[in-house]
Amino acid sequence: MTTNIGNISDQPLPTGQPVLDIERLKVTFATDSGDVYAVKDVSLEVKAGEVLAIVGESGSGKTVTAKTILGLLPETAISSGAVLINGNNVISVSASKLRKIRGRDVAMVFQEPSTALNPVFTVGWQIAEGIRAHASDGHRISAKEAKKRATEALRKVGIPDPEIRVNYYPHQLSGGQKQRVVIAAALALNPGLIVADEPTTALDVTVQAEILQLLRDLRDKYGTSIVLITHNMGVVADLADRVVVMYQGDVVEEATARVLFAEPKQDYTKKLLAAVPHLGRNSASEGATERLHQGGKILVEAKNLTIEYPGRLGKPGFKAVDNVSFTVSENEVFGLVGESGSGKSTIGRAIAGLNRATGGSLKVLGYEMLGFKEHTFKPLRKDIGFVFQDPAASFNPHLTIGECVAEPLLIHTHPSPAQARLRVAQLLESVQLPASYAERFPHELSGGQRQRASLARSLALNPRLLIADEPTSALDVSVQAKVLELFKDIQEEFGFAALFISHDLAVVDILSHWVGVLYKGELVEQGIGSQIMGNPQHDYTRRLIASLPVPDPDEQARRREEHRALLGI
Amino acid sequence: MSTATISGRKKSFLSGLPVISHVNKSVGLQRGMLITGLVLTGLFLLSTVLAPFIAPYGYSQLSDASGSFPTQDAPSSKHLLGTTVGGYDVLSRVLWGSQTAVTVIVVAVAMSIFLGVALGLLSGYFGGWLDRVLVVIADAIYAFPSLLLAIVMSIVISRGQSSFWGGILACAFSITVVFVPQYFRVIRAETIRLKAEPFVESAMVLGASSLRIITRHIFKNATRTLPLMFTLNASEAILTLAGLGFLGFGIEPSSAAEWGFDLNKAMADASSGIWWTGVFPGIAIVLTVLGLTLVGESINDLNDPRLRGRKRAGGKASRSKAAAGTDGKNTGATTAPEPEAGKA
Repeated sequence: MTTNIGNISDQPLPTGQPVLDIERLKVTFATDSGDVYAVKDVSLEVKAGEVLAIVGESGSGKTVTAKTILGLLPETAISSGAVLINGNNVISVSASKLRKIRGRDVAMVFQEPSTALNPVFTVGWQIAEGIRAHASDGHRISAKEAKKRATEALRKVGIPDPEIRVNYYPHQLSGGQKQRVVIAAALALNPGLIVADEPTTALDVTVQAEILQLLRDLRDKYGTSIVLITHNMGVVADLADRVVVMYQGDVVEEATARVLFAEPKQDYTKKLLAAVPHLGRNSASEGATERLHQGGKILVEAKNLTIEYPGRLGKPGFKAVDNVSFTVSENEVFGLVGESGSGKSTIGRAIAGLNRATGGSLKVLGYEMLGFKEHTFKPLRKDIGFVFQDPAASFNPHLTIGECVAEPLLIHTHPSPAQARLRVAQLLESVQLPASYAERFPHELSGGQRQRASLARSLALNPRLLIADEPTSALDVSVQAKVLELFKDIQEEFGFAALFISHDLAVVDILSHWVGVLYKGELVEQGIGSQIMGNPQHDYTRRLIASLPVPDPDEQARRREEHRALLGI
Repeated sequence: MSTATISGRKKSFLSGLPVISHVNKSVGLQRGMLITGLVLTGLFLLSTVLAPFIAPYGYSQLSDASGSFPTQDAPSSKHLLGTTVGGYDVLSRVLWGSQTAVTVIVVAVAMSIFLGVALGLLSGYFGGWLDRVLVVIADAIYAFPSLLLAIVMSIVISRGQSSFWGGILACAFSITVVFVPQYFRVIRAETIRLKAEPFVESAMVLGASSLRIITRHIFKNATRTLPLMFTLNASEAILTLAGLGFLGFGIEPSSAAEWGFDLNKAMADASSGIWWTGVFPGIAIVLTVLGLTLVGESINDLNDPRLRGRKRAGGKASRSKAAAGTDGKNTGATTAPEPEAGKA
């Protein structure tokens, strides 16, 4: 989207009838362990042309509220209260009436564009589906007419060459373009209201900036109201006019975006905002002028490292990592940043021996990983810890936390049960978990607790090197803040070297002394964290940093202008 | 089979057992189906245990103190369900038959579970040429009609001899050969999926040996569907056993009672109006298979949160959406038993 629309937050909001009016909404789910009150008592309204953000952490009921607006709740839910869209109560209308309302009055944009589109139909067909379903008063819309309108919808959302792309299948489009198609389908009938459920969560930061810009333009050009469901405060600061903060099924606070960020009233909101990592604040390498911790031994040394995944028969392989050189020294936290597909996880996994290096040289604790053999590498494994992204999946559901944490001890040092128990208790204590948690099973812990336990497991043998692959990206922001703090403390206490992999620049900056930026398998820039964030040299790094929305509406508006200037629009 | 019990593990051991936990969480029609299945299966097992006490005569008994039994005698006070063409008491044969059936199921399913699970774990975890060879063999076995394969196996194993254990083992082995590929496939697919799970990778990163990873991390997670497969396969095993007996590859009446064999002998009776010799073994087969299938299908539905009916939220009238669809993960063995199963 290339239109310049000026500073939006100064525009007077149109007043009049609300497009959406939710009154005393209550949603209850029947589950095996009894009733769950997902939404307790929510009232809110959205005016024409307004962007209302509903923010909250997982389990706050924000997505359930959004789904109620479209009548998309599963059969196990019962809801009471009123959800009025143009005078129709979605909760009580008949199924056929509801079908008419969907698409015409309200449409939805989903989180994951690749699953929201059907892979066996062209995108044009999928957009036209909605148009044809709502053909009014018995008048059928011809295929040609429907296609024309689909093309028009694609043009509206800024897809280049819509006449050609209308015949594309979803797999021929990139993630960002797919999300544009989903938005085009939502817009096809010019609904007054769009419900966007985490519309940018599955996308990279640079693509996220484009989609947010698109949503903003839609509002300005067509006066579409948007209900934006998100957990990302940066996105809220970038797009929202008004914000509703939800916590455990209740509305905690409601205010305009500026007021909320400037003067949050409720304690929960304050806590939430304080937990959001803010680029350029709280940097681990603040004030450093040269690379820290260079006195010790070099633990990981990559020289022209190349990792290639074999291609299918007759096709060349895919180079996930291309000619990358870096070192990690003792006591140092090396932050690796990149978007999806940049090869950052591949590097981490290669160091842990989960992937094979195919070219160049990768020395881990003095061992050459090029053509490594499991049985010769095994003795070194006790010196390497690994923290996985999803704490829920990285524990065997059938073992207790204690057994999981003791696993490395049992494999490498064969302690007596009493010794093992003692060590597990110490470890749990060092990650601030009560020792009694050793008896629990993984599903009985919350996400943050599980990630602490995962950290305890990786530290069990006092490793010299820790690899953390997106350890906080599956966590809520307030939990993330605590885990990051813990990680920092423990790193200082134990003094291990760490490779910290993340897509989130702000998170990497909080922990890392030295930061490398990966782009399509190449290490485009590396340097002291605070310097890279403050004064990026490479074009890609600049774009990446400019795309990252900061949780402050005024600052974000200014950054947005800079970003545009950077892209030369 | 604790699928995400959030409420903690402070439950008694008893209510955590597979079938009991299923009864507890079922409602409405689903519960009815499960309980019907459990009652039928219970009756079947009960008659197995009690056959020596409640059967009026032995399975191969042809006479008692008052002389030889009449042949093809209609149901009477002496022979409640009549006698067969060979002069056996039908009621006794039906009751004793359940014992043969249970033995065959236990031996066959136990053997196929051990073999199938072991091969599936190895094949899925290590992959490579071993995996390819095993998959080809499993596919080749799939290509055979299972009954034909069972016949060939029973000829190879028993060489026409017929003793109690000879007959049982012949049946059990032939059923094993047919079932191993099923277990193999399910376990192999689960293992391949689990191999990519972070918790297995985390064990690899820790330096755990392959044996430890397979036994400690994959085994328990890969075998969650086994109780379900066991019940469904048990019913198929009975049908295969009956089919073998019906075709004359079963167990001779002097070594054990066998429903399929009795049905075979009753075939000629049917056209001459002698109904009791065929109907009762037939009913026994139908009810046993029906019971086991109901249990299996109910467990399948209850394991899947999307198919499981729940009490309405807010404590209103209960409601069920049982039988919404039973196309679960199980392979085959879901067909409803036909009334004339033995006559196929």
